[in-house]
Amino acid sequence: MPFVEEYVDVAVVGAGHAGCEAALACARLGLETAVFTVSVDSIALMPCNPNIGGSSKGHLVRELDALGGEMGKVIDRTFIQSKMLNVSKGPAVHSLRAQADKAEYSRAMRMVLEETERLRIVQAEVTDILAKDGRVTGVRLYSGAVYHAKAVILCTGTYLKARCIYGDVSTYTGPNGLQAANHLTDSLKNLGIEMYRFKTGTPARIDGRTVDFSKMEEQLGDKRVVPFSFTTDPESVQIDQASCWLTYTNEKTHEIIRSNLDRSPLYSGAIEGTGPRYCPSIEDKVVRFSDKNRHQVFIEPEGRYTSEMYVGGMSSSLPEDVQHAMYHSVPGLEHARIVRNAYAIEYDCINPQQLYPTLEFRKIRGLFSGGQFNGSSGYEEAACQGLIAGINASMEILGKEQIIIDRSQGYIGVLIDDLVTKENHEPYRMMTSRAEYRLILRQDNADQRLTPVGYEVGLISEERYRKLQKKILQIKEEKERLERTMVGASGPVQSFLASYGSTTLKTAASLAEILRRPEMDYEKLAEIDPARPVLPPDVTEQVEIDVKYDGYIRRQLKQVEQFKKLEQKRIPEELDYDSIPSLRLEAVQKLKLCKPISIGQASRISGVSPADISVLLVYLEQKHRQE
Amino acid sequence: MRECDTIAAIATAMTGAGIGIVRVSGDRAFEIVEKIFRSKKTGKKLTEQDTYTMHYGNIVDGDEAIDEVIVLLMRGPHSYTAEDTAEIDCHGGVYVMKRILELVIRSGARPAEPGEFTKRAFLNGRIDLSQAEAVMDVIQAKNEYALRSSVSQLKGSVQRLVKGIREQVIYEIAFIESALDDPEHVSLDGYPEKLREKVDNLIQMAEDLLIHADQGRILKEGIRTVIIGKPNAGKSSLLNVLTGDERAIVTEIAGTTRDILEEQVRVRGLVLNIVDTAGIRKTEDRVEQIGVNRAKEAVRDADLVLYVVDGSTKLDENDREIMELLQDRNVIVLLNKTDLVMKTTTEMVERMFSKPTVGISAREESGFDRLADLLEEMFLSGSISYEEESYLTSIRHRTAMKEAKESLKKVLESIDCGLPEDFYSIDLMDAYESLGKIVGESVGEDLVNEIFRKFCVGK
Repeated sequence: MPFVEEYVDVAVVGAGHAGCEAALACARLGLETAVFTVSVDSIALMPCNPNIGGSSKGHLVRELDALGGEMGKVIDRTFIQSKMLNVSKGPAVHSLRAQADKAEYSRAMRMVLEETERLRIVQAEVTDILAKDGRVTGVRLYSGAVYHAKAVILCTGTYLKARCIYGDVSTYTGPNGLQAANHLTDSLKNLGIEMYRFKTGTPARIDGRTVDFSKMEEQLGDKRVVPFSFTTDPESVQIDQASCWLTYTNEKTHEIIRSNLDRSPLYSGAIEGTGPRYCPSIEDKVVRFSDKNRHQVFIEPEGRYTSEMYVGGMSSSLPEDVQHAMYHSVPGLEHARIVRNAYAIEYDCINPQQLYPTLEFRKIRGLFSGGQFNGSSGYEEAACQGLIAGINASMEILGKEQIIIDRSQGYIGVLIDDLVTKENHEPYRMMTSRAEYRLILRQDNADQRLTPVGYEVGLISEERYRKLQKKILQIKEEKERLERTMVGASGPVQSFLASYGSTTLKTAASLAEILRRPEMDYEKLAEIDPARPVLPPDVTEQVEIDVKYDGYIRRQLKQVEQFKKLEQKRIPEELDYDSIPSLRLEAVQKLKLCKPISIGQASRISGVSPADISVLLVYLEQKHRQE
Repeated sequence: MRECDTIAAIATAMTGAGIGIVRVSGDRAFEIVEKIFRSKKTGKKLTEQDTYTMHYGNIVDGDEAIDEVIVLLMRGPHSYTAEDTAEIDCHGGVYVMKRILELVIRSGARPAEPGEFTKRAFLNGRIDLSQAEAVMDVIQAKNEYALRSSVSQLKGSVQRLVKGIREQVIYEIAFIESALDDPEHVSLDGYPEKLREKVDNLIQMAEDLLIHADQGRILKEGIRTVIIGKPNAGKSSLLNVLTGDERAIVTEIAGTTRDILEEQVRVRGLVLNIVDTAGIRKTEDRVEQIGVNRAKEAVRDADLVLYVVDGSTKLDENDREIMELLQDRNVIVLLNKTDLVMKTTTEMVERMFSKPTVGISAREESGFDRLADLLEEMFLSGSISYEEESYLTSIRHRTAMKEAKESLKKVLESIDCGLPEDFYSIDLMDAYESLGKIVGESVGEDLVNEIFRKFCVGK
């Protein structure tokens, strides 16, 4: 039978947050790229919460932007409220979170895709991955059409064999009733890829016109909004912001839930997938934290041009009638009309330990993957993986070295390393506690950490790179000046210190030393620092953080040095672990499964002991000397 | 790859003879020894001395002279590890050697990991390629031993205390982290003051433990020994001989709580910890038949099993079962009651059970010199010195406990300085990690699990 046959460089399967970043990266790096989606109207869809960012996720978006990704730029144009979280805490945990206008976000991202050269959007379901001799050759569509490609990037999100469930109602659809992709799983299994089944959920959407906001606390955005993207003009994001609202569940809500637990598919066993612990359904919270007599509920707008609102904190898969009763028991929601029911969704994804840290499959050259397909959760996590997969697919085709962001370079590195190294039994969400060097991995210095990488790859313009170089130089010079400039125990200095309740000086001290005092900051210091140069605020912010937390930062930099040593110690891929006699059996099994690329990665596999690592080092040295 | 931090250990078997070497290796080896060494001659500093020179002087702790020593300096790469290495030859006995090692560690070295000197020597090209497999074996074997002694050296009550502190630490970290991850759901208002109180308390607990440790009450050193045998074989008489012998020093270790009763016995400088878990101290007429299960439990963690056989009776089914159970353990068979008419001979035992066998008479106290010879052969001449490894484990414990205490103190400093809460969890995590080294647990996914278990976070 005749069928359509096309030739592209890269085929991206899925146009969610991972797929969009992957496709953009490839096309921008000069490759002919086709992105396949079951529905062009669902490009960059946000089927769950209407936010971008949040604790540690905000970091991810900043890092993505620093590398040349798109998410930060699009949310800066389409947000309706923004907050910097954790401002009362240390700079390492400051994190941006914005409420998105979902429809606008989706539309804006689609426009970026449409305006990108060499990028074509194809509405179709991909049913087969074509491979030959361990190398991917293209994809086949449901229609039978074949797209030959040098690389394929799988970003299928929650669509593979998706099933949505509430109560005893279940439909075989993707999120929002969109068509599921039911054929690809089998094709992947035939290629020897190990699949997992995960589960997640979303709360109901309600009609904002039927909500009594007088019973809720208003949640406003920040007075001065900080943009996500390093390229966004800060003045352009000072907009009129929408409000969110806070209310609480109560004993009555909990009683309704408890007395209907037997009808929950989670507890009856109708749901088999593994759900995330960090995103518990309300029934989960009520059961597991029975001592709490109320839980917070955030009512958040879904956009400017819709009355639909998201009921944050109350995701559920209880039957429809129970949902109605439960939502109506919450103050302010007594008469709320439900537009879309809450539901749980099950989907196929992979065991990501099958991937290299470059996000390429170990078994099949040229096949990459990103996002929820890799067992993660969240728009931001997905976007970051999509970008890395896109960059590396391009590097492979272009014959250049693929990139790996390591754990000391960014949350992106932590995310990917955790996914490919550790056993993961639930959708993986980024958390700030997962990053061991977080004082260095701040959202405010993502550009210094990663823009040079983006430049090297080819996604960052010469102009942006030069600007960064200038900023880095200014920071360095100003820090040195503060360390160098001494102030004596003179009258004006002493009275300045006294006025801030700071101990007076006995001998001369450097400005840096004074700045390190908890009650001091860079701005206050101006009074005794008349010679300071005029510097942009993003420079002085870096200077202040670096100087103030110098001790802790140095400590982490030292740890990073140790860490890098082990990362640089590479393990050859063909290493036969069975032939190392002193390795414990458990270690052999785990190592064979994960095939770490470095001693550092090996040391993070659970079940591999420090002694096993020593044995590995000795073995590698033996091999090395034999050669 | 060259590791450059400086490690230390006692490099010789810790015999009663009291002469031994503390070895220090790494970039800072000379500098560290310099800090605690006072030369008899005035002159150049150790760090400025030539390689392969010996220096006579005192090891000092402040103003106190600990021991008269000779320090041998070897500059890398011409040393065993190919790193700068200082060896301190000391004479003052086991106790002094331990003190010197502790001083070295306090001055900036860290206790060597099991097999670490050998590993470094190999990685730095000082051990022949043909020995690579032996090196790997030593590393793994030493490590297994250290792991086992880590567990067996800690008294149960102490183990529980350390785990208790550790659980409190992770709980606080998880609380802080859940607040950082979910600031709109979890508030930290007023928390620093609460944390200060808790950390104060934990520091106190850590200090108490350290004081006990310094008094030798917590960490047991020596060869974990179990006496096993059928009723009436003479186990109790044997124990009485061992503990009552004039060569032996008997100490009953009274810990913070006495959950395991044991005898510490010295035989020619070897320390045997004889554990009374199998009812060995019960009088003969009340001894129950030793069940195989019970015996299994007793020998599982033992470094040495003394298997007492009554030579005046014939071997039977029970003996066969016991022998099977002891097949791959470190065993000395004591054929007791040589003063009576023997129905079982050493040859008969050795034919059935290929383990060293000694004829003794507990009643007449004969045959014990041969036992001591065997013990020396087993534990002092092998490729693994258990005494040394065992002591290192205990000093690793103590070092880790001190580190944990220091980290907790840093938390207090951070609170006093008004640093933001996320800084507390950095030092709390360090404390958690250090405490983990004592109870043999790594960090892994503990924090994330604790956050989800104890705190209701998420959308």
